[in-house]
Amino acid sequence: MRRAAALVAAALLAGGCGGEDASGGSGGKPRLVVSAAASLKQAFTAYGRSFPSADARFSFAGSDELAAQIERGVRPDVFAAANTKLPEELFEAGLVGRPTVFAGNRLVLAVPADGGEVRSLRDLRSPGTALAIGARAVPVGAYTRTVLERLPQAERAAILANVRSEEPDVAGIVGKLSQGAVDAGFVYVSDVRGAGGRLKAIELPAALQPDVAYGAAVVKGARHPAQARAFIEGLLSGDGRRALAAAGFEPPPPR
Amino acid sequence: MRSRGWFAGLLVAALAAALCFLTLPVLAIFVDTAPRDLVSSLGDEGTLEALGLSLKCTVVAVALIVVVGTPAAYGLATRSFRGRAALITLVELPLVLPPAVAGIGLLAALGPRGVLGGLVEDAGLQLVLSTAGVIVALTFVAAPFYLRQAQASFEALDRTWLDASRTLGASEARTFLRIAIPSAGPGLAAGLALAWGRALGEFGATLMFAGSFRGITQTAPLAIYERFSTDFTGALALSAVLVAVSAALLLSVKLLSGSAWLGGAAR
Repeated sequence: MRRAAALVAAALLAGGCGGEDASGGSGGKPRLVVSAAASLKQAFTAYGRSFPSADARFSFAGSDELAAQIERGVRPDVFAAANTKLPEELFEAGLVGRPTVFAGNRLVLAVPADGGEVRSLRDLRSPGTALAIGARAVPVGAYTRTVLERLPQAERAAILANVRSEEPDVAGIVGKLSQGAVDAGFVYVSDVRGAGGRLKAIELPAALQPDVAYGAAVVKGARHPAQARAFIEGLLSGDGRRALAAAGFEPPPPR
Repeated sequence: MRSRGWFAGLLVAALAAALCFLTLPVLAIFVDTAPRDLVSSLGDEGTLEALGLSLKCTVVAVALIVVVGTPAAYGLATRSFRGRAALITLVELPLVLPPAVAGIGLLAALGPRGVLGGLVEDAGLQLVLSTAGVIVALTFVAAPFYLRQAQASFEALDRTWLDASRTLGASEARTFLRIAIPSAGPGLAAGLALAWGRALGEFGATLMFAGSFRGITQTAPLAIYERFSTDFTGALALSAVLVAVSAALLLSVKLLSGSAWLGGAAR
């Protein structure tokens, strides 16, 4: 009798955990789980609403955190990163399919729209200027370091001395900027557009601009590989392409 | 008998399920990596820096909480006034606030564009993105844990002792310092350990209000998050240290509050 009760309880627990069936989406559409870079939030949310063949659910975070989740066994259907390095690494490790480069972006220096101390890259060197950048592992932080490495050593050191926070994703940088906690931050031009007038972009000289390319791949073991492929194809032409353009992304850079 | 056997079985099953679910993630931290790797990644400069900063900030926060919280809790425990229940609820509110809400709230109150942001700036204080900001965030989230426990401990004191002290001519301040605090000591210490544990684990409010910068604002939980993508072993090692410290704090709460922690019967 006891054993039977234990079995019943175990079955109930198991049922509770696995209660979400494979096609748990609304209206009978399969649920497509997309792990995407934080900078893609607005573009992908808009695209997800019009995506016809699945009910797209998003997990937005730093691309490096999402890649680490996949390495630890998390299985979304699509992985979309703010660089091509992370999807390539996962592809080589056999965890995702061959990546597709689907968008480009530009790194800019963002400052509060209502003016402030910083008017150019040069102003970042002044003592007392507060700067937020991405942490080393997140793509926006890596691009930022590429830019800084192209500056003379003294200038780079002066700028790095003003860094007050290394944020885990672009959302953190934008948040610190719009709260006035920092005077400037390196983000993507699409983040400035997405901030709805709160931020202003200062363009970087072409010689400093890193090649920002976004890569996406179908995750191995995805529950809905066909819809995942359709989602990625839509990013190159169609609703996804339009949503990306509307959010300020550029076409994928020629390789 | 039949139905009792059935129910007892259900209790055992539920307990077993709860035990597995709650201990597995903690055990996994130690199982996932060889102890040697854990120890060697603890030698990393950044790891030590994060632990040192966590220690420093939590000690200051807990000291602030105890210095202000002890008389505040005594006041709540010994006075009755209109709106006391509402006041207690307000003070306890951060206990159930999501950390992200605490972070937003702190920014809205004390951030550069916050309600009191101008005052903070005029006072020459730099809170956001500074070590002081970490301490503010920790104090905010951890204080209710101490206040609640301290108030309960003062309320549990035998009033006749306090009255006797007053009758014998001691001032209320002296009674508070010499009678109430020593008598409530174990309860206060338990509250301190609870608040310390909560402060040590703080993540969301710290990240939003104080940011993340090595040696300045990156406490151990923030360092764990940063390492998750690049250095999983390092993240595990730091987590293992926090598990050990938290377990020690919990154990001290149990010992101080006088409950048996092993093999004890329900009371």
